[in-house]
This record gives sequence, C-alpha cells and structure tokens, in this order.
Amino acid sequence: MRYHTPTSFEDASAIAAAATGVTRFLAGGTDVLVQLRSDFVTPDDLIDIKQIAGVRDITRRGDGGWRIGAAVSGAELAEHKALTAEWPGVVEALELIGSTQIQARCTLVGNLCNGSPAADSVPAMIAASASVSVVGPAGEREIAVEDVPTGPGMTSLDAGEVVSAVNLPPRGEGGGDAYLRFIPRTEMDIAVVGAGVSLSRDGESITAARVALGAVAPTVLLVEEAGATLVGSTLDDTALAALAKAAEAACRPISDKRGTVAFRTQVAGVLARRAAKIAYDRAGA
Amino acid sequence: MAFDQEKDEFKVVGTRPDRPDGIDKVTGRARFGADATAPGMLHAVIIRSPHAHARIVKIDTSKAEAAHGVKAVVTRADFAEGLDGENWNILENLMAGERALYDGHAVAAIAATSSLAARDAARMLEVEYEVLPHVTDVDKAMQEGAPVIREGAADGSVPAGMHPNVVRCHDSGHGDPEDGFAEADLVIEERFTTEATHQGYIEPHACLGTLGPDGRGELWCCTQGHWNVQKVCAALLDIETSKLRVTASEIGGGFGGKTAVFIEPVALALSRKANRPVKLVMPRADVFRATGPTASTSMDVKIGMKKDGTITGASGEFRCQGGAFPGAPMEFTAMCAFAPYALKHVHQVGYDVMTNRPKQAAYRAPGSPMAAFAVESVIDELCNRLGLDPIDVRLKNASREGTKANFGPSWDRIGLVETLEAAKEHPHFSAPLAEGAGRGISCGFWFNHAGETAVQLALSEDGTVQLSVGTPDIGGSRASMCMMAAEELGIPYEDVRTTIADTATLGYNEISHGSRVTYASGLATIEAARDTVKKLCKRAAAKWGIDAEAVEWRDGCAIPSGPNAGDFDPMPIKEIARDMGKTGGPIVGHFEATPEGAGVSFATHIVDAEVDRETGATTITRYTVVQDAGKAIHPSYVEGQYQGGAAQGIGWALNEEYVYDDDGRLQNAGFLDYRIPVASDLPMIDTVIVEVPNPGHPYGVRGVGETSICPPLAAIANAVSNAAGVRMQDLPMRPSRILEALKAGS
Ligand SMILES: Cc1cc2nc3c(=O)[nH]c(=O)nc-3n(C[C@H](O)[C@H](O)[C@H](O)COP(=O)(O)OP(=O)(O)OC[C@H]3O[C@@H](n4cnc5c(N)ncnc54)[C@H](O)[C@@H]3O)c2cc1C
Repeated sequence: MRYHTPTSFEDASAIAAAATGVTRFLAGGTDVLVQLRSDFVTPDDLIDIKQIAGVRDITRRGDGGWRIGAAVSGAELAEHKALTAEWPGVVEALELIGSTQIQARCTLVGNLCNGSPAADSVPAMIAASASVSVVGPAGEREIAVEDVPTGPGMTSLDAGEVVSAVNLPPRGEGGGDAYLRFIPRTEMDIAVVGAGVSLSRDGESITAARVALGAVAPTVLLVEEAGATLVGSTLDDTALAALAKAAEAACRPISDKRGTVAFRTQVAGVLARRAAKIAYDRAGA
Repeated sequence: MAFDQEKDEFKVVGTRPDRPDGIDKVTGRARFGADATAPGMLHAVIIRSPHAHARIVKIDTSKAEAAHGVKAVVTRADFAEGLDGENWNILENLMAGERALYDGHAVAAIAATSSLAARDAARMLEVEYEVLPHVTDVDKAMQEGAPVIREGAADGSVPAGMHPNVVRCHDSGHGDPEDGFAEADLVIEERFTTEATHQGYIEPHACLGTLGPDGRGELWCCTQGHWNVQKVCAALLDIETSKLRVTASEIGGGFGGKTAVFIEPVALALSRKANRPVKLVMPRADVFRATGPTASTSMDVKIGMKKDGTITGASGEFRCQGGAFPGAPMEFTAMCAFAPYALKHVHQVGYDVMTNRPKQAAYRAPGSPMAAFAVESVIDELCNRLGLDPIDVRLKNASREGTKANFGPSWDRIGLVETLEAAKEHPHFSAPLAEGAGRGISCGFWFNHAGETAVQLALSEDGTVQLSVGTPDIGGSRASMCMMAAEELGIPYEDVRTTIADTATLGYNEISHGSRVTYASGLATIEAARDTVKKLCKRAAAKWGIDAEAVEWRDGCAIPSGPNAGDFDPMPIKEIARDMGKTGGPIVGHFEATPEGAGVSFATHIVDAEVDRETGATTITRYTVVQDAGKAIHPSYVEGQYQGGAAQGIGWALNEEYVYDDDGRLQNAGFLDYRIPVASDLPMIDTVIVEVPNPGHPYGVRGVGETSICPPLAAIANAVSNAAGVRMQDLPMRPSRILEALKAGS
C-alpha cells in the first residue's frame, strides 16, 4: 500500500488518475480505515487529502451560500454557528454519525463518496440542493449531490476525480430543513430509513420543498413527487398524508437483517411527515 | 459455616470503598487476555466452516504449511483420541471431526510468525465440503424429517418416538394441572419464543499458550475458571493435569460465556507442534459465530386463575435449542418457570434440542429468563383480564419458607415476599403513567451455586494481608473479598490485597459461575481469616504465657478474654506479624471445602415503556430492580449487578438476536447488527437491595449476579404489551415486530 499526502487537489487527482489498483482517498478515514482493518478493502494507493490548504475551511460564498472544505469534520461543522442556524438539517444529519470520536473525523464528502444508501448526511444534502466541487484530469466541475451515488458503494465520479468541497445554496428568507432517521437503538447504528426535508415558506404557505429518502433504495432518493405535495400547502393533514403516500410510493427497499420492505416503506412515510413538520417550524421561526 | 446470628454489626461490610482493580483498569495497566506476549511468540488463526452443515471431505494443509512464516497447522488429528462425554463434545466443538456442524465451526488452525502471515496462509488452506441439509429453528428441528445433527445423541430421559435431535428431557411437578384448570375462572394458554442472545462481553476470548515436547506447559487466558481450562486442556491434549499451569488474565466480561473452553487447547496444540509460544485472539465475528450464545426457546404455558387471583394450576413445555451439542439448559428453564409460586397443581417439561448452531454456553441464570418471560406474561394477561393488581396476585401466590417448590423440595428462608412488598411500596409502582405508556411487573428466580473452593490468607511481616482466591473476578469480587477479610481480622480494607491465584498455587476452584463467588470464596475467606485469627491468638498466648483459649481477637488485636486470663495490653496484628519469624514462622490461614448453603434468590422488577405506534420503537422510560441479596457486602457492586442484569435484559427483550438466513449462516456477527444496548438506550436503573439473610453463609450472603436477569424479559414484555395494547409473545420485540403486532391487533 502506498500512502500519499498531496498538497493540492490537482496533485491528488493526478496520483489517482495514474493509479492502477484499488485507490481510496482519505478524508476522516472512518469508512476507509474500518474497511482496511476488517480485511474488506485494502487499497493499493491511499491518498490523504488533509494536507491540502483550505480543506478544513468553511467559507461564505459570494451568492450567500456556503463552501465546506472536503475534510471539515462533523464536530467542526456543528461548531459553526452561522451555518448551523441556516442549515440545521444538514448539520444534524452529519452529527448523527457515530460517537464523539467519530465526530472528530467523519466528513460530508466521505459519507457521500463511500456510496452507502444509508449514509445519513446525504438525504439532508440532497434536500438542501447541495452540490460538490470536483477536481479531475479534465479540470473542475460541479455536480448535484443527488447525481453522485449510482449504487451501493458506487459513485458517478470518474477515475482521478476528487471532491474538493460541498456547496450549499443561499438559504434565503423563510427556509428550514430537517433530517430524521430510524434506528433500532438510539445511537451507533445504521439508518433503517432516513428522511431529509428542506422547504421555504411565505407566511403559512410552502413555496418550495425537496424531500430525500435514505436506505429505501440502492441509492439515496430525491423524491420530487413528495416535495411537490407540499408546495402551496400549509402543511395541513391532507398535505402530510399526501407527502407520506408519495414517500412510500417512491420506496424500493430490500428486506434484510435491518428491516423488512413493509417496515421500511411505512416508516419512510412517517419520517417524511415528521421531518417536514420540523422543517416547517424552523422555516417559520 | 452457618449464618452467624451474633454478627449483626459490621465495620467494613456494607460500606462502599473503591475497588482495588479500578486504577489498573482505567489507566490501561490491567492485563487482559490479549495483553500477554512471550519471546518467539507465534500468532494463530482458526479456519472455520462457511456452511451450516457439511461433511468435511478433505483438508489439504500442504500449501498453507509451505506459506511464508507458517510454523504449524493443526486439525482434529492433532488432539486426543478416544474421549467421551463432555470432553468429546468440547473437542468436537473446538475442532470439527467428520462434519462441520454450524456456520463458524472450526476445521483447522494455523500458527505463523505474524498474524498477517497467519491470515494469508489461512486463505491457502483447502477444505473440500459436501454440503448437507441443515436446521437452525428449535421447533423445526423437532419435526419429522428434520436433518439429524447426531444420531444416538439422546440419553434415556427422552420419551420414545421423539426426533433424534431431542437429546434430553426433564419432567417434574406435583398434583394434576387439569384438576387445577377445572377449578379456575379463567385459563390462558399461549406460545412464546425467544431468540438466542450472546453474552456480549467486550473482551474477545484470547490466550497465550506454551506446550513443550516434555509435555509441560503454561497458559495465560481470559476465563471464568482456569482450573476447568486446565482440566479440559489436559484431557484434549492427553497430558497430565498438573503439567499445565494456567493463569487467569483480567477479564473483560464473561456473563457465563467464559465458563466454556473454545480456543485454549488449539493454541496449545499449535505450540506443541511448533515448539513456540502461541497467541490466539478471537476476532469479534468468531466470538459471535463460534462461542456460545444462550439457547433459543419455544414454550407453551398454561395457567388457571380464580377471580380472587388464586392460581389453581400451571403447566409448561419448554423447548430449548442449544446448538449442535447436548446441553441447552432446559431443566433450569422448566424448574425456574413456576418457582416464585406455591402451587397445588404444577407440571413442567423441558426438551434439549440440537440444531446447526454454535454450542450454547451459560449466560447469566441459564434458561431462567426465558421461562419467566412465558410464565409472567401469562400471569400479566390473567391479571389484566380479571382486573387484578399484578403485585397483589403475586403476593397471594408467592413461594414462602416452608412451601413446596414446583420442582420438589420445600423452600428454606427466602425473600420473594419481601421483594414484592418493597416493589409495592416503591414510588415507581404508584407513579402515574404517561398517555400511551405501559407498566410491567415480573418476578424471577435463580438457584445460585456454591462449588469447590480453596483460599489462602498469608500475613506479611508488616501486618498487611495477602489473600489468594481461585475465582476470577468478574464483578468486583476482589473488593468484596478484601472487605470480608478486613471485617474478620479487624484491619482496614486497604490492608488486604486479593489476588486471583494460578492453578499451581491453590487447590481446585470451581469456575466463577452460578453467582457463587461472593458466597463461596467469601465464606472461604471468612473461614481462612478465622483460621488466621486462631493462629494469631496462639502467638499472643505464647508470648503472654497463657492458654490460647484465653485469648480473644478484637479490632485487629489479640486481647485477654477476661480478667481471669491476665492483664495484658492488646497485641496488634502488626506486632505479631513483625515477630512471627521468631515466634513460630509464617502465619497463613486457609480453607478448602465444597460448601452447600448457597441460598436461592428472588427478584421483582418494575418497568415502564413507551411505544411509538408509527415506527414500533420502544423506549424504556423507567426501571426499578428489587432483589434479595441476603447481605450486600459491597452495596455498589450489588447494585451494579442489578443494573447490569436489567441492561442486558433490555437488549435481549428489544433488539438482540441471532439472525440466520436460509442457508443457515449467521447474518449479524458483529456489534453493528447484533444490537446490545448503548448507554443512551437505557434509563437510570433504580435499585432496591432487600436483605433476607441466607442461612448458609456466616454473613447471610446470597449470590446476586444472575437473578437480576431473570425478570427483565417478562417485565419489559409486559410493559410493552400494556403500552401497545397487544400481547407480545416473541422476543426480541424489534420495531418491525411491534408494528406487525399493532397492525394485526387493530
Ligand atoms: C463507529 C462508526 C459509526 C458510524 N456511524 C455512522 C452513521 O451513524 N451514519 C452514517 O451515515 N455513517 C456512519 N459511519 C460511517 C462513516 O463514519 C461515515 O460514512 C463518514 O461520513 C465517512 O467520512 P470520512 O471522512 O471518515 O470518510 P473516509 O473513510 O475518509 O472516506 C470514505 C470514502 O469516501 C471517499 N472519499 C473521501 N474523501 C474523498 C474526496 N475528497 N473525494 C472523493 N472521494 C473521497 C474515500 O475514497 C472512501 O471511499 C460510522 C462509522 C463508524 C466507524
């Protein structure tokens, strides 16, 4: 195994592009190192991105949104007051990951690029219309988060492409987001279902909404029909029922040791409703 | 050895000093199983069957043997032949013979110069299997046509005509339950099931073994009973017992699971072949796949009750699945089931059933928690339907001193009624319940055990004391031993150091099991201290020139027994110790016996639960344990045992289970998907220590470690059922199961 510590994303990308064997980037390492230790994935090239300048910075963008460096940890994100005030759903989703120790390491980018359909921060990022900046052999590009995962453990990133940052759009007035997951325990578990909702209000009425579901399909789903049920409503019972129905309809889960198809489908509707209520209250606050 | 009525005032017993092993444990200085190393040490791995049931056609070790760094490969051929009984079972379990009997069954082992080299070589070992039909479910294993795990394994207790997988049977009771049911106003009969759960100790099994060509060896291992390990290893390796010295490491949890032997003979066999020390540490997945979880069960219980709450009759059939070997604790399940109640008509039957699963091992009060789940659920349902108070009904029918136990004998002094009364008075029982919450009550019973015990107490020249016991400390027992020795000798707690001696240092000590340690090693410590006191008094008597009988021991000093004995200043232990070399030599007290008065113990638990009706998630909102300790030596550790039993019970009731898929492979061999509770899953667990002295111990001690896990499954199931409004009859009550029950119930 070769361990690399490039100091720019261009170098990181070049190393990855030249590599022929199993390649992994090392952000927090809370997936990579666990997979290594348990004989699951032993990379031939391990490319640590933490020596690159700015990877742990959180900066306000010109448009009023945010740029979150690829190595910003859960603990660092949660300590950022202004960002937390605007995007509490994204922050709470990342904060759900692991324990205090894991929080000191785990990142949004690692959570996304590990490709798990149950990754907690991904539905929240998708609901928030987040995108990632990617550096590759062909230059730089920006990809919507929902377009990154393509299947369990798989992403749409090309060989040699590395994520340099996560971008959040400007929150604007009357916006709120929330993420909820269901796990049998209260922590240290993998989502059986996850639901992220982000919406904007004009007074009592919802003007825009996005709903994303985790762990109910091979990839995290952006459920546009579910978001559409909310727009124009005041989140009354009819709207909530329609939301739950749309969420359930989008589910294509499997039955496994963590949950059955019926259970996952029902709980997806429940969590979508509950997350929508929290997001709505936050948007009105 | 009997309860000392005189001894009602204690100076040390009942206080809460810091545990002597605490600093070592929090600083990392304590040495656990995997913390030992030796010069030239090799690292071992065990190769395990990926099949639930398969004939081992061929094992080709040649490539593995030739691999880089490999020093030895062992298979079944490297162990003793001609064993029978439990020794054969243990050997067959830790190294398969002709067939692999469960997913994870060991088939070979490799020792190499590094664990990486051993793991690489493991991939080169070639095993050819012929996959056979398998069965993992207890009820299916008893049905006609089920694959036979081992022909001829049944003993004479099994009624004719049963499937060969039923290997033992227990049948006891008195009266005729049918007569009882005829007298009842309401009879309820239901089926209950529980899944296998693992003890979930945090430290995996680990050992370091050396066995030389001269047949002499040393073994360091993580175990609840090193004399047992010594005996088993000697048998499986065909060496003499005393040639192997076994030292017990610190132990990171056992709960019964470390009473069994899984890896030590393998490390020694590899060492004998390689002539090098061999270290073997089980990966977590192997711990789940190949060490013993507890039995899974399927149970039918029928109880009749009058409108006034009198139980008129009770019967139960308890089918326990214990893996691919005989030994599921079905007799305990059957015997504990109705133990809390004085019944005129009672009958219980237990079956020990073999399946293609790992050999079950003891887990805290083996068999009892499941029985309580079935019986106490039916009693709760009877109370609900008859509109009766669950504690009053239990009080009305409670076993008391002199009543006849469901399995035969009459009860000695027991404390069940006292626990029920304390529960009734506890503010928890009368606290209002939140909307949608439910409350559950359950009693539980465990026998407790005494066992062979030997201790030695040696005086140091400065008057401090070194106590050697042979029972590994699995729950703070060293603190309790220090306290009992200090109490008898009249010296400070800090002046006693308790060590777990190795097998070469003391006589045989039975395993730390059966909640026996504070009872039996405690009793032995008290007796060894009294033996020491006699010797101390003798030295003082000699110095004073009076009869030894005229000397008494009080507050750490020898004193003349009265004015007639003479007028001498008290002679402190330190003075006698300082001079002992000149007054007769070392002073050592000891005691060896198999005591017989381990008092049984009862408990009553109160649980509140809330159920999220949309997701099926359960929250335990309040939990109170009331249990008879006889006498709490160190109340904090008694409370710790109570809380630990409740915590493990919460896991067992709500989320823990062995999940098998259709091909009989374990699906959740890790802590991510085998869900023991995390701290945030638990409420503060309140405890009440009831003390009804055990007549068989000088201070009245009863074992406390196991009874605490007997009521939780039932108490939690009752709380959840009452919250959900549907009777939950299958454990674990995972969220999906609760949602399904809610749907079926509505
Ligand atoms: C105890 C424990 C508990 C956990 N609990 C949860 C949980 O509750 N919810 C949950 O969703 N996850 C959980 N996880 C998984 C893990 O912590 C998260 O997925 C985490 O967000 C991964 O981030 P990381 O920075 O550590 O990723 P890493 O391990 O560093 O990387 C993960 C993957 O992302 C790729 N990658 C990293 N950086 C880049 C980059 N810049 N560009 C392209 N690809 C990149 C790597 O190649 C790798 O494939 C848990 C893990 C542990 C050990």
